[in-house]
Amino acid sequence: MSVDIKIRKGFNLNLNGEANKILSESELSNTYALKPTDFFFLKPKLLVREGDKVKKGTPLFFSKDNPRIHFVSPVSGEILAISRGEKRKVLEVVISSDNNNDSVKFKTTNFKNFSADEIKEILLKSGTWPFILQRPYGIIAHPEDKPKAIYISAYSTLPLDVDFDFILKNKKDNFQLGLSMLSRLTENLYLTVDSNFNSFFKNIKDATLLKVKGPHPAGNVGVQIHNHKPISPGEKVWTVKPEDVSNIGSLFKTGEFCSDRTVAVVGPTVKNPQYFTSTIGSSISSILKKINIDKSKKCRLINGDVYSGKTTDINGHLSYSNNLLTIIPEGKDYRMFGWLPFKDNFIPSMSKTSFSKFLSKKKMEVSTNLNGEERAIVVTGEMEKVFPMDIYPMQLVKACLNEDIERMEALGIYEVVPEDFGLIDFSSSSKIEAQEIIKKGIELIINEES
Amino acid sequence: MEFIRKNLDKIRKPFNKGEKYERFAPAINAFDTFLFVPNHTTKSGSHIRDAVDLKRTMVTVIIALLPALFYGIYNTGYQYFIQTNLEFTFFDAMLHGSKKIFPMIAVSYAVGLFIEFIFAIYRGHEVNEGYLVTGLLIPMIMPVDIPLWMVAVSVAFAVLIAKEAFGGTGMNILNPALTARAFAFFAYPTYMSGNKVWVSEASSLDGISGETILGYLAAGNNINYTFTEMFNGSIPGSIAETSTLWIIVGAIILIFTGVASWRIIVGGILGASLVGILFNLWGINTLMQFNWINHLVVGGFAFGIVFMATDPVSASQTQTGKWIYGFLVGVFCILIRVFNPAYPEGVMLAILLMNVFAPTIDHYVIERNIKKRQRRWESSKIKLI
Repeated sequence: MSVDIKIRKGFNLNLNGEANKILSESELSNTYALKPTDFFFLKPKLLVREGDKVKKGTPLFFSKDNPRIHFVSPVSGEILAISRGEKRKVLEVVISSDNNNDSVKFKTTNFKNFSADEIKEILLKSGTWPFILQRPYGIIAHPEDKPKAIYISAYSTLPLDVDFDFILKNKKDNFQLGLSMLSRLTENLYLTVDSNFNSFFKNIKDATLLKVKGPHPAGNVGVQIHNHKPISPGEKVWTVKPEDVSNIGSLFKTGEFCSDRTVAVVGPTVKNPQYFTSTIGSSISSILKKINIDKSKKCRLINGDVYSGKTTDINGHLSYSNNLLTIIPEGKDYRMFGWLPFKDNFIPSMSKTSFSKFLSKKKMEVSTNLNGEERAIVVTGEMEKVFPMDIYPMQLVKACLNEDIERMEALGIYEVVPEDFGLIDFSSSSKIEAQEIIKKGIELIINEES
Repeated sequence: MEFIRKNLDKIRKPFNKGEKYERFAPAINAFDTFLFVPNHTTKSGSHIRDAVDLKRTMVTVIIALLPALFYGIYNTGYQYFIQTNLEFTFFDAMLHGSKKIFPMIAVSYAVGLFIEFIFAIYRGHEVNEGYLVTGLLIPMIMPVDIPLWMVAVSVAFAVLIAKEAFGGTGMNILNPALTARAFAFFAYPTYMSGNKVWVSEASSLDGISGETILGYLAAGNNINYTFTEMFNGSIPGSIAETSTLWIIVGAIILIFTGVASWRIIVGGILGASLVGILFNLWGINTLMQFNWINHLVVGGFAFGIVFMATDPVSASQTQTGKWIYGFLVGVFCILIRVFNPAYPEGVMLAILLMNVFAPTIDHYVIERNIKKRQRRWESSKIKLI
């Protein structure tokens, strides 16, 4: 079988606790939250106050950089709280649901004849636009642009990642409709899939299928773009997540903002890892009601995957776009002489100073322990091993540390987002935090540009 | 284990944050983290981390050094006893060698770690593990009879000037261990070269002399060692560099665990072989006539290319650069040996020289990547127009 994008460098981390192919409805959540911090470099301007009544689809805030981009309530109800952090930065807009599902309606009856501008207008007004991100930088797309291409990655390589084929099983029509609508915004719409795929994706229309093969980060859409048709300055490429494509489809079919979010609760301490149908911003507690967790260990709840997800807790809410809720044990313990080579092989490691690669995933004991301390960068060549792009990752990280914008640009910062450095974070023997460094570097560039 | 942990927690209490001796925390942390991998958890970035850390990496290098070190200890005794014509057993040789070498290691670690601790406290960062390797390498590449105070001064010079002056671990241009040797070589030449320094106590006992093979050759003499002797290492030389056999064992450990770059090692062997063969063809003096394979096993070449040239901080940092860097270390090593009789051993200077040029090599490798990207950008601009 021919492969369109073949990735050689990388590492598949096999963990225990992958979601079983069971889909149930999660308990209804009492509160929902929308977090501006889920969007990279978003400066929100609030449109609601505590106590305001909102419908599903009522705008809660918009982007100061582009007031056309609205973020809407995923449910109907009342604004319960607006929590702020340092410098009054908005962290969360919490909505208490009235379970009525009143929603703002849009006219989409003759969507089949919509032009690109009309499609954009509906996406913007309905609050569906934030599903579309752009490269470079991984920020929300500018509606004024015409993208060179739109990529949708349905190839999952993250540890314990979801199966998009399973998630979209009942949403095939919406997914197809979403693809058709997106295909009018660009000349090149790509859907990337596993090279061994055998699913309804075969019969997809309006999008070009790209077969991808290789270990993580081959599933990262940025890695795929780089290895397919890398972007240059001035070019814009958009990316959308598979379930959001179906949400876009649903919008045109029903005329309502679709806030569906299928979540897989996964992790080695989860006794019944499985999928739930839920809603954007649902409370974590509502999703976990039907989940049994091994309570003997203190655990960390992660909104997203183990490499790039955000820490949350039982009082938190689901992030905007993630399909994963990962639960792993906290690793607050000591290991005597744990630095000896080939000791404690149960800790996942891609280094050849451990036999962990030869152990089955059941024997793996993953935790949040740092397994060492942060040090200066000494070992060279280890970042390149897990970075399948024609970019020098260590030099790029150092350029970001030096805040040397010219060099960051020359080394290819346009083509990366922090998540592409997740595996570098994991494998670094100096325990450096490349994702944070790259994030700050990109922020610096965006600030400079504006 | 818990008992030790509890006591350790008690001892380190005054050093914790906000306590009386907080400033000295790096010192106590160094001991604490030697016993236990700490209970630190991830705060930002990836939630899970690899089991490997810098301690494990450095300890792997030390393990790889041990075969050569033990053979060096044995060879120190062996050279002494065969020169004095005394009867001896394996244990006598080991004992004699241990008495000579362990004090050197102790001095090297004591002086080096003391300086590292002071800098760690002064700069407020943790003690880096790099010195565990440097501190062992320094005695291993010295002549056996060098006075301990010279070891101490060389170590201090290397750590202060070669490492801390540049900003500490990860920032240095030159390999600190080789800097220590180069310092001693130029500051105390009578203790570092000639025919009286390579066999223990040769300087105090008449009739004992032990020139290194390269020293013989540089003086225009032919040597009377077999290849096996040279390969096994029962020849005079710096403490741990003589046995190619045990160095290869170390190299296998380093390459198998991925700790050292095989590109540098293979590049170095290719470079040295190529120049060696060319000189064999030219062949106008004894050093040039010396078989190229022998060039690889005598002197410090094998030790240098496996343990010193592969220091990731001072070597080239790009994968392509590592090939070029290793190759040139090999080339310059043989060139210096053959063309400069004042320095019968070229590997030290070859590696230091290439340390200086490693950033330049990387610069051109990265520049090529940047140019490639810019060309792509240019062509995409044309398309847009």
